[in-house]
Amino acid sequence: MAHVEAVPSTHGLLAEFSTPGALLHAAERARLEGYRHVDAYSPYPMEELGEALGLRRSRVPLITLIGGFLGGIGGYTLEYWSQAIAYPMNVGGRPYHSWPYFIPVTFETTVLGAALACFVGMWALNRLPQPYHPVFNVSAFDRASCDRFFLCIEARDPKFERYATAKFLEGLHPVGVTEVAP
Amino acid sequence: MADIPAQYAPPADIDVPRSRALMVGLVGLVGCVIGFVVDRDHFFRAWLMAYLLFLGIALGSMGLLMIQHLSGGAWGVFRRVFEASSRTLPLLALLFLPIVLGMGRLYPWTHADLVQQDEVLRHKAIYLNTGFFLARTFVYFVGWILIAWTLTRWSRQQDEGDMGVNLKIQYLAGGGLVFYTFTATFAAIDWIMSINPHWYSTLFGFIFVGGHGISALSFTIVASTFLARRAPMNTILKPSHFHDLGKLSLAFVMLWAYFNFSQYMLVYAANLVEEIPYFITRINGGWQYLAVFLVVFQFAVPFALLLSRDLKRMPQRLIWVSAALLVVRYIDLFMLVAPEFDAASGANLHVLTGEHLSHVFVHWLDLAAPLAIGGLWLWMFFTQLAQRPLVAFADPSLREALETTGAH
Repeated sequence: MAHVEAVPSTHGLLAEFSTPGALLHAAERARLEGYRHVDAYSPYPMEELGEALGLRRSRVPLITLIGGFLGGIGGYTLEYWSQAIAYPMNVGGRPYHSWPYFIPVTFETTVLGAALACFVGMWALNRLPQPYHPVFNVSAFDRASCDRFFLCIEARDPKFERYATAKFLEGLHPVGVTEVAP
Repeated sequence: MADIPAQYAPPADIDVPRSRALMVGLVGLVGCVIGFVVDRDHFFRAWLMAYLLFLGIALGSMGLLMIQHLSGGAWGVFRRVFEASSRTLPLLALLFLPIVLGMGRLYPWTHADLVQQDEVLRHKAIYLNTGFFLARTFVYFVGWILIAWTLTRWSRQQDEGDMGVNLKIQYLAGGGLVFYTFTATFAAIDWIMSINPHWYSTLFGFIFVGGHGISALSFTIVASTFLARRAPMNTILKPSHFHDLGKLSLAFVMLWAYFNFSQYMLVYAANLVEEIPYFITRINGGWQYLAVFLVVFQFAVPFALLLSRDLKRMPQRLIWVSAALLVVRYIDLFMLVAPEFDAASGANLHVLTGEHLSHVFVHWLDLAAPLAIGGLWLWMFFTQLAQRPLVAFADPSLREALETTGAH
């Protein structure tokens, strides 16, 4: 197609806070203000942040559950097929389908399936690996893994308007507000 | 107590469940006395089973208390509930006396003539004899009570501002956990496994301890839901705290199932004459339905329910899973003990001469005994809970849990 999407001249506006409480408050205010494409960055996981940002529930648990089910069914089927159909052997007079023997393998493959699904699902949903992200263009962002808390309102947000949004962020008493190069 | 800060004082109506528990306990005790007179064999068996349920709550709580001291974490807000449960151990030592009286009926190895005729029991007599049994039991209780009392005394000193105990508590918790695991293993062998003195299983102690974890967590969830509906805990306990207890319950449900299945599979695989009778008894005579019941209701259903994050964060729903688990725990203990006894006479099957088949039964004393012991135990629990601030507020590792919204 000949149509070329217009490259936005900015990724968004990044506000820097010195306390987790201030970030939490800012995230809540941004959601109440109607912003939807907002992301927050903190040096450690903050459980309350997801709620403050109004994020929908993570789908990782469901993916893990499905992975576990598939792993378990696969493990049991493998045991059943090999022990009762492909290579039936009389071991101490036990029936070919001696289910107690199959449980350890079923358990292991359940854990394996769940763990793999969890890992892959988490990476996929987070769009990882991601070697480049615009927020790294802001030098102050180095402290996001140390002692600073950041809130970014992205330019793709329909409500984003460079001056009004910057003014809104300034009103939250941040340490500073920086424009993020795309 | 005058020195409890008002914001952590136990609720005023804590005396209501306390006196009700005492009343239930006394009514149950009357039933047990009648049972002792009219049906002594069933009385001792029922008393042992009910006793083991509440001992499991107390010991499990002591174990969790020590784990919490070592691991830290926001679930330390439940520390005073764990402490109150562990401080019921002196009462439990007293309630053990009927079991001492009933040793002759409960444990076949106390019969000298039986031991003489039996090669295996003759060799086991060096361990299974009345004197050594009583000495071991004495050591268990002295050790457990000393650990519970010292931990809670130091925790009280912390309340009074003595921070010198912080590290001592952790050392004792580490050593105490080792002592608890070893002694509980031997207690399980002495008090339960030796009912059938020919049988042995090396995993048995762990199944016993895993069950303690389920019992203690379930009781703590029920008791804490009671507290969370009243001041001051209604502002202190958050969904995230119950979430932690729910996650631990799930872990212990899985642990119990893991131990129990491992024991079953190893016995099934080896198929040895010394080991297999335990399961043959329990897959015949109607016990097989109870076995399936336990697999479904002490593992499959609570496992599936406790996977839900929402359930774990709602104490008003979680309490039902926990209360049901406590009932199922009792049925589990029933399954460990009762199949070794004769349905009609209540005598130990390994004492009776001739052919006696075990088949499923339930006796009215199986209700009276848990009412008696449970009532008295709850009375002691609430008495202990009322004597201290409801939160170990001075512990520096808990300060954060009390201040934040419950992140960990």
